[in-house]
Amino acid sequence: MDGISIEGLGKGFGGTRVLRGVSLAVAAGEFVALLGPSGCGKSTLLRCIAGIEQPDAGSIRIGGREVTGLRPSGRDVAMVFQSYALYPHLTVEENIAVPLAMRRLNAAQRLPFLGALLPGTRAARESITKDVRQAAGALGLGALLSRRPGQLSGGQRQRVALARAIVRRPTAFLMDEPLSNLDASLRVQTRREIVAIHKAAGVATVYVTHDQSEALTMADRVAVMQAGEILQIAPPAEIYANPQDLRVATFIGSPRINTLEAEADSGGVLRVAGQAVGMRVAGTGPMTLALRPEDLQPAGAGLPAIMEGVEFLGESLLIHLRHAALGTALVLRLAPEDRDTLPSEGEVALRFPLGRALVFDGAGKRVAVHALSPEATLV
Amino acid sequence: MSEAVLTRTTPRLSAGEALAGWMLTAPAAIAFLLMLLAPTLATIALAFTDYELGAPALNWIGLENFAELLQDRGVAIALRNTILYVAIVAPASVLGGLALALLIEAGTRGRAAFRAVFFLPVVSLPVAMAAAWQYLLHPTIGPLNAALRAIGIAGPNWLSSSDTVLISLAAIGVWENIGFNLVLFLAGLTAIPRELYAAAEVDGASRAWDRFRLVTWPLLGPTTLFVVTITMTRAVRVFDSVAVLTQGGPNKASEVLLYAMYEEGFTYFRLGYSAAITLVFLAIVLALVWLQTRVMERRIHYV
Repeated sequence: MDGISIEGLGKGFGGTRVLRGVSLAVAAGEFVALLGPSGCGKSTLLRCIAGIEQPDAGSIRIGGREVTGLRPSGRDVAMVFQSYALYPHLTVEENIAVPLAMRRLNAAQRLPFLGALLPGTRAARESITKDVRQAAGALGLGALLSRRPGQLSGGQRQRVALARAIVRRPTAFLMDEPLSNLDASLRVQTRREIVAIHKAAGVATVYVTHDQSEALTMADRVAVMQAGEILQIAPPAEIYANPQDLRVATFIGSPRINTLEAEADSGGVLRVAGQAVGMRVAGTGPMTLALRPEDLQPAGAGLPAIMEGVEFLGESLLIHLRHAALGTALVLRLAPEDRDTLPSEGEVALRFPLGRALVFDGAGKRVAVHALSPEATLV
Repeated sequence: MSEAVLTRTTPRLSAGEALAGWMLTAPAAIAFLLMLLAPTLATIALAFTDYELGAPALNWIGLENFAELLQDRGVAIALRNTILYVAIVAPASVLGGLALALLIEAGTRGRAAFRAVFFLPVVSLPVAMAAAWQYLLHPTIGPLNAALRAIGIAGPNWLSSSDTVLISLAAIGVWENIGFNLVLFLAGLTAIPRELYAAAEVDGASRAWDRFRLVTWPLLGPTTLFVVTITMTRAVRVFDSVAVLTQGGPNKASEVLLYAMYEEGFTYFRLGYSAAITLVFLAIVLALVWLQTRVMERRIHYV
């Protein structure tokens, strides 16, 4: 069975174009995170997949079926909302039962009192109760079945929303920032539970978040979105180590990746503030050299920088510096025991492994890097 | 004595502070006593007397007024008519207000215009509006019967026939109340989170009726309860249209409780008896309020 495939999806609200030709393929059983800052269109994309919003252009297929014009109920998807969107007047058990009741009972059978008298209602109700209890049990809600959402904590409500999504065994799970209303410790715990639920159900999952740690820890692949476009879609390690776009490089990673203005001459030799940094790139003109904080190291010679301050994070130190010529802020991550390799003030030199250098052209696209001499591995 | 001072948990206010407190509450307290409590108590007291307006003295006659009430055919008709009037006006204007609110909410254009149009009767003067209705419902020159004649139906004499007078008054009552209910329902509808409708759609509630049953109706519960209570008390209080259009006639066919009370008190000057009718009216209103707070409230608040 296929997962979700999206082709050239476009959507605008009034004059604002929220989605600009988005294409995305999620395999059956795959977990894809849509990661981006708020307003980048990730929630709109999810709502288009669910059918809550209708796209202006493009097509959506779920489970091998064209669903573009269909209403949400015809798409066989389940969604977890940021606000949980539980029905406040129904108990936990009734909330979880809604998707089943809507499908296994017809309109007449759902009527209060009268519906119970119709043939088949009892058998359907029993099968619903059985499945609801199972889903509730899987999420540890067994003792809360007769409570109303108003009597539950945020974490418990979140579980009810998850149970309501898994109870029906849909073709796709859609999750819209489901953890953003939980406190930090609960978030880390629930993260792993959602991954476990996904594994057990084995259905295509699209998970919207603005939190890169959620995307990187949970997803099989991360799609980084910005300004209505998917910039890159790749496994988490690949997204982190091999960003294909400067915006991806700067969005992923905390603290932010260091970026230095650079220039490639006609021979492709890369220079930062006039200083050659030991590599040739495929291209000429203004470039950006990007370096992760953990890839910078103190050295006897290299990029000149001025010490600005030290932050102690427990497992590591963040050294704040400034490029001596450009004035650009730099951050360097260091193990606490290596503190003595840097003076507390004054000028220092920094080097980095050539293989870790990320270079982007003037349009922000990644360009290939070659060492100037075969033996050179560090600047 | 000193031990008592030590064990007291709240400090005693100084005399000056206590005085200031009393003075600050005095306007509200005096207004309440003079405008609400005193007239109510006076009415209750009057109901047990034979006081007539302008009479030099009054006598305590115990429950005689109430005994007479039970025998009074006019009051029985007024009570029956009032109940009938409420039974038509309350459901029609509550359901009508809800239906109009849903239609306006579903539409994309002219929301403010529709809201204003339907709310107009609420802000207009009932007596002036009654005069307009008198013209509209006039058997010979009224536009309604003219329209009926045009399609070959001989319209009845709406306000002068005992068969149609209560229905006509009830229709005016619905017209007066529906806009108020509409605005309350619109406010209730905007308070329902949009995400619940999205969730309902994803959960399989594909038809509008399913979403109404699953989301709109239950979440409008508190609004509906308020609307029902307010409409019923407003309908029980019907007076203006009766006083202007029919004076309870013909042959008491539109006699209602408040008009009977008014006639006894201000046409026949039997204030004692009129007060007894007022107490019956008060009991009905209190019963409605009690019904709201005790019986229904616990079923529609979810948190």
